[in-house]
Amino acid sequence: MEKEEMVNMLKKMIKIRKFEERVVDLFAKGKIPGFVHSYLGEEAVAVGACSVLRDNDFITSTHRGHGHLIAKGGNLNYMMAELYGKKTGYCKGKGGSMHIADLDLGMLGANGIVGAGMPIAIGSGLSAKVRGTDQATVCFFGDGASNRGTFHESLNVASIWKLPVVFMNENNLYAISLSQKKSMAVPNVSDRASGYAIPGLTIDGNDVIAVFEATTEAVKRARNGEGPTLIEAQTYRWRGHFEGDPTIYRSPEEVEEWKKNKDPIKLFEDKLLLRNLITKEEIESIEKKIEDEVEKAVKFAEESPYPNPEETLEDVYVGEGA
Amino acid sequence: MMRKISYLTAINEALSEEMTRDKNVVLFGEDVGIFGGCFGVTQGLFKKFGPERIKDTPISETAIIGLAVGGAATGIRPVAELMFMDFAGVAMDEILNQAAKMRYMFGGKAKLPLVIRMAYGAGISAAAQHSQSLEAWFTHIPGLKVVMPSTPYDVKGLLKSSIRDDNPVIFLEHKVLYGVSGDVPEDEYLLPLGKGDVKKEGKDVTVIATGMMVHKALEAASKLEKDGISVEVVDPRTLVPLDEEIILNSVKKTGRVVITHEAPKRSGFGAEIAATIAEKGFPYLKKGIVRVCGKDTPVPFSPPLEQYYIPQAQDIVQGIKFVMSK
Repeated sequence: MEKEEMVNMLKKMIKIRKFEERVVDLFAKGKIPGFVHSYLGEEAVAVGACSVLRDNDFITSTHRGHGHLIAKGGNLNYMMAELYGKKTGYCKGKGGSMHIADLDLGMLGANGIVGAGMPIAIGSGLSAKVRGTDQATVCFFGDGASNRGTFHESLNVASIWKLPVVFMNENNLYAISLSQKKSMAVPNVSDRASGYAIPGLTIDGNDVIAVFEATTEAVKRARNGEGPTLIEAQTYRWRGHFEGDPTIYRSPEEVEEWKKNKDPIKLFEDKLLLRNLITKEEIESIEKKIEDEVEKAVKFAEESPYPNPEETLEDVYVGEGA
Repeated sequence: MMRKISYLTAINEALSEEMTRDKNVVLFGEDVGIFGGCFGVTQGLFKKFGPERIKDTPISETAIIGLAVGGAATGIRPVAELMFMDFAGVAMDEILNQAAKMRYMFGGKAKLPLVIRMAYGAGISAAAQHSQSLEAWFTHIPGLKVVMPSTPYDVKGLLKSSIRDDNPVIFLEHKVLYGVSGDVPEDEYLLPLGKGDVKKEGKDVTVIATGMMVHKALEAASKLEKDGISVEVVDPRTLVPLDEEIILNSVKKTGRVVITHEAPKRSGFGAEIAATIAEKGFPYLKKGIVRVCGKDTPVPFSPPLEQYYIPQAQDIVQGIKFVMSK
C-alpha cells in the first residue's frame, strides 16, 4: 500500500474520532436532540472497508452510522447540521443521527432498525447486477443484528444469486447490554458463513490494514461475480450503546483495557511511526486541521436555521401526489 | 379495439408491456418464474424475459421487500410479489420502516419506484391466514400509495401507472377477481393513480365500494332498479391517493351513503371514507352513513361461515334500503 493511502486512512480515522468526541460533548450539553450512538473505538472498521470502495459503490449502515458516512466521504457540515435538526443538514432535519444518508456517495442510510440494512444491501447488489455495473455493496451490521432473520434471508439470497455484497460485521461484543457470548450458540459470527457456503473470516477490527486487506479480497470477489463474503471485524465500542447508557453490563476495567491497549488509531499511528511513514509533528498537524474542520461544522450547524414547521409536510412522496 | 380478457391476463399484459418498455423493471417473488406464479399471473414471463429479470426468490419475504427497497433506491424498478397479502406481516418492517419512510427520512433525496403486488380477499376457503383484506394497514402509513382495482380494465391501466410511479405502491389484487373477464383495449393506455370511477350512475343513493365489493354493489344496484331505487356505485380505485372529489360529488347528488368493503368493519378504510364525508360533505347528508363490511372476526374456513363473513349483495341491498328509509 502507498504511503499516501495509509495517511489518508489515518486522517479519516482521526476525523471520525474528533467528530464523535465533539458529538458526545455536544449531546451532553443538550445541543443535539434525540439519540446518539457513538462510533468511538470502531473507527478502523469503517475506514478500512470504505477505503477499498469507489464513490459509486454502496454501503448500508446502522444506528451507529456516523463513522460509515465519514469514511465514505461525508461532509461534516451537513452531518453536524443534521444531528442538530437543522434545515441545512443532510436530510433537511428530517432524519437525524439514525437516518443520516448521502445517496450521491452511495451511502444508503443509517438505520434505526437493527438488521434492516442487510435486505437493503442485497437490493443494491441486485440492482448493480441488473444494470450491468460492477458496483459493490458493503453492508455494515453488528453482532446483535446477526441474530435477526434478516441476516439469514439476506446471506442466503446473496449467496444463491452471487450478489456483489460484502457483509461487514462489526462485532463490538454487546447488543446493548447482552454480550455476544450469551446471544449466540457459535463462538464467532463468521462461523455462520458455512450455512450459506460463502467465505467467512474473523479479523482484528481494530487493525485498519487487516480490515482493508480483507475487504479488498471480498470486493474483488464481489466485482468478479463470485458472490458475497462475511467478514467479522472484532472491535469494541468505547461508549455505551447510546449516550446516557449506564453500562452496568461490563466492567470499567474492560473498557480501559480496550482503550489503552487496542485503540485502533494509536495502533495505526505506532505502525506508521515505526515505519517512518509519518512523524509525530505531522500527526499533530493532522489533528489540529481536523479539529478546526469539526469546529467549523459545529459553527455551521449552530448558525444554520431550523426548518420551517410546515416543511414537515414535504418529501413524503415524489410529486407529493398523495 | 376492445376484447374481453380476464383480470389475471390484464395484469400479465401490464407486467409484460412494462418490462418490454423499461429494462430496469425487474420482477421477483416466490414461484413467479417457471411456475408462473401461485395464481398463474406471471405465466410466460420467465420464458420471455429470462432468469435475470424474473427471479424466483426463496421463501424469504423480508428479503423480497428488502431487495425491492435497495433496488429501487439504486436505479431499478422492482415489482415484488408477496403471493398472499397475509404474508405482508412477515415483511412488515421493510414496508413500514424502510420503503415508506426512506424518502422522507432522507429529506426527499431518495426515490423508491417499487410495486408490491399482493393477492388479497376471501371466497375460496383459504381460511384465516390466506384471505385477509389488510388495505387499511397500508393506508395508515404515510409514504405508501395503495391501489385496489376491481376490473380488468382498471387493473391493467393502474398497474402500468404504478410501475411508472416513483413511489412505493401497494398493489392489491383480489384473488376471486383473477378469473373475471371484462373489456380491455388492445391499444396501450394508462390510468392515473388518485382518480376514482363511477361504475354506475344513479340519483338516489351512493354506494362507495372497493375491490370485490364493487361487483356486489353493482349486483345490489341492479336488484334495486326493479324497486325504482337508482343507485350510484363509486369505486375509488386507489385508496392513497384518494379521489375525494368523486365521492363528495356523488354524495352531493344523492345525499345518501352506503360504504362497503370486504375487510372487517372496525377501523376499516370505510371509516376513513365516512369521516371524510362527515368532515367535508355533512350538509349534503339526508341520513346517517351506513357501512356494509366484513365481520370483525378472522376469515373462517367452512364455505357457509366464509359466505356469512363476506358482505353479500343482499347485505348491501339492506343497507341501501335503510339509508333510503325516512
